[in-house]
Amino acid sequence: MTKASAALAVLAAFLIALPAFADNYLLSVATLILYFAYTGQAWNVMMGFAGQLSLGHALYVGIGGYVAGGIFYHWGIGPWAGLWVAMALCVALGVTIGFLAFRFGISGVYFALLTIAFAEFTRIGFDHLDWLGGPGGLFLKVAQRDTWDVANFRGPPLMYYYTILFLTAAALAFCAVLLRSKAGYYWQAIRENEEAAQALGINTFRWKMLAVALSAAMTSVSGVFYAFYYNNLFPEQVFNIGRSIEIILGPVIGGVGTLFGPILGAVVLTVLSDSLTELLAAIGWEIPGIKQVFYGVVLLAVVAFLPNGIWPAVAKRLRL
Amino acid sequence: MGFDLVANVVVAGVLTGLVYGLMALGLSVIFGVVRVVNFAHGEMMTVAMYAATVLFAMLGLDPFVVALPVAAAFFVFGYLLQTALINPFITRPEHSQFMLLVAVAIVMVNALLMVFGPDARNVQVDYQLDSFEIGKILIDKARLFAAGAAVLTATGLFLFFRYSLTGKAIRACADNYLGAKVVGLNVKKYYALTFGLGCVCVAIAGCAQVLLVDVTPPLGPYYTLLAFVIVIVGGLGSMGGALLGGVLIGVSEALAGLFIAPSAKSMFSFGLLIVVLLFRPQGLLGKR
Repeated sequence: MTKASAALAVLAAFLIALPAFADNYLLSVATLILYFAYTGQAWNVMMGFAGQLSLGHALYVGIGGYVAGGIFYHWGIGPWAGLWVAMALCVALGVTIGFLAFRFGISGVYFALLTIAFAEFTRIGFDHLDWLGGPGGLFLKVAQRDTWDVANFRGPPLMYYYTILFLTAAALAFCAVLLRSKAGYYWQAIRENEEAAQALGINTFRWKMLAVALSAAMTSVSGVFYAFYYNNLFPEQVFNIGRSIEIILGPVIGGVGTLFGPILGAVVLTVLSDSLTELLAAIGWEIPGIKQVFYGVVLLAVVAFLPNGIWPAVAKRLRL
Repeated sequence: MGFDLVANVVVAGVLTGLVYGLMALGLSVIFGVVRVVNFAHGEMMTVAMYAATVLFAMLGLDPFVVALPVAAAFFVFGYLLQTALINPFITRPEHSQFMLLVAVAIVMVNALLMVFGPDARNVQVDYQLDSFEIGKILIDKARLFAAGAAVLTATGLFLFFRYSLTGKAIRACADNYLGAKVVGLNVKKYYALTFGLGCVCVAIAGCAQVLLVDVTPPLGPYYTLLAFVIVIVGGLGSMGGALLGGVLIGVSEALAGLFIAPSAKSMFSFGLLIVVLLFRPQGLLGKR
């Protein structure tokens, strides 16, 4: 593993130094990549480690963003306090969904559809919640781009970049520890064969609940980040099923259940998406929808030919 | 708000619900046999709707007339899709199948956007404004015909699965994959056949639905979710359940639109879905 840690150190140094030579556009792309890497990692805890497929993770992003954003909007209290409220609420929500589902023995496709249902239900609910802007959206006061107002998390793009870089690194380290902990091994046992795990005396209900709670807590943080980075929230956008799919694309493309899969997947997808935009603009094919068609075809190819994701194939090639 | 108004809304909800039911029936049949959840179902529905609008605009053909050729084309499409893309995936994990069909859905909905643009399209036939009058209840002709086509197709499919030899073979594949293989059935061929039949349901439902609503590309993901809600409520894999679920959702949407707000109508459906999943996860008519 020394080769891997050396590579990781080089990558970390590169990312820390990146703002020194990157312009604002590149920095925004890097921020977006890290955002998807972090959120994908959070989803991966639930699906990749414990084998519980959630197709409604936009729920936790949305609730996280709306709660911290709403607290800031109405009372001017910064996200460092709002974050904990948002996280507590997301954990409560995740635990409720998990409790209901696992108690009634709902798993697989049915569990996935239940997560979609909760996200969609919440989306429509927020459309009718005027206190948080309703369908017209919630707008946070735009940041002063030149001063670092750390208390209220308002500042230049650089601040957001380093925040999300820190979050991604912390999530990676946390997941690496998790995977080698008792919980990690229990989760993998549950993922591979739940009945066998149960027969071995693992309280599968409790460990699955832990996975959901951790995943929800981690995802709520990306919601808070999203709200303060973009400064606007619309139910139609944040809770949309398209958002949930976006979150899981990275880990699935990169490699479900691997530590680096979500990161690699986020890089590949964001770079692909941005370069497609540039390329199509350069050759003048700016028809609405054409980019997504290409995107879908690439997705299809990756899923069909690399069923375990890109990372396992890369790791094998590099002998990491 | 009188009784007549409510009765009218309920009748319209039942008829629309039958068309929804036929769409969901396709999803249910595919899941019941192939055990793959078709996440591109609603997108296929919109493709059928666009096909009907195009054939109407170019040749002036009635959507009920074009339903047959569109259904035939969809059967071939579904057969090929299952053979080429999905068959290799039937032993892979669920999230992998999910991504595959999501990719298909993304390509479909955006290809529609590329070709037709974001504007709504529809068909206009003379009987769309007519209605039958039974007492104080007015029944739109188009809605009645659409529901009739849905019921007819569903009945045909039911009889096919019940009595034809091929239908029985497909049910055998669904009941016991290994057993079906042992007795010499070409399971993958029957899977492809089933996917084709599921697509036929979608094609006919799409051609009927185009008489009731205007079609835009974003309708695809919406219908996919709607089809899920319906089959879960009715019972995944149950044919009668899909129709019952469709009617329930159709009526509840119509009533929610009347009593609460049109924008809240799908909240009702998702609430129903959550309740059913929690207390009867196999659905109203499903078996475990």
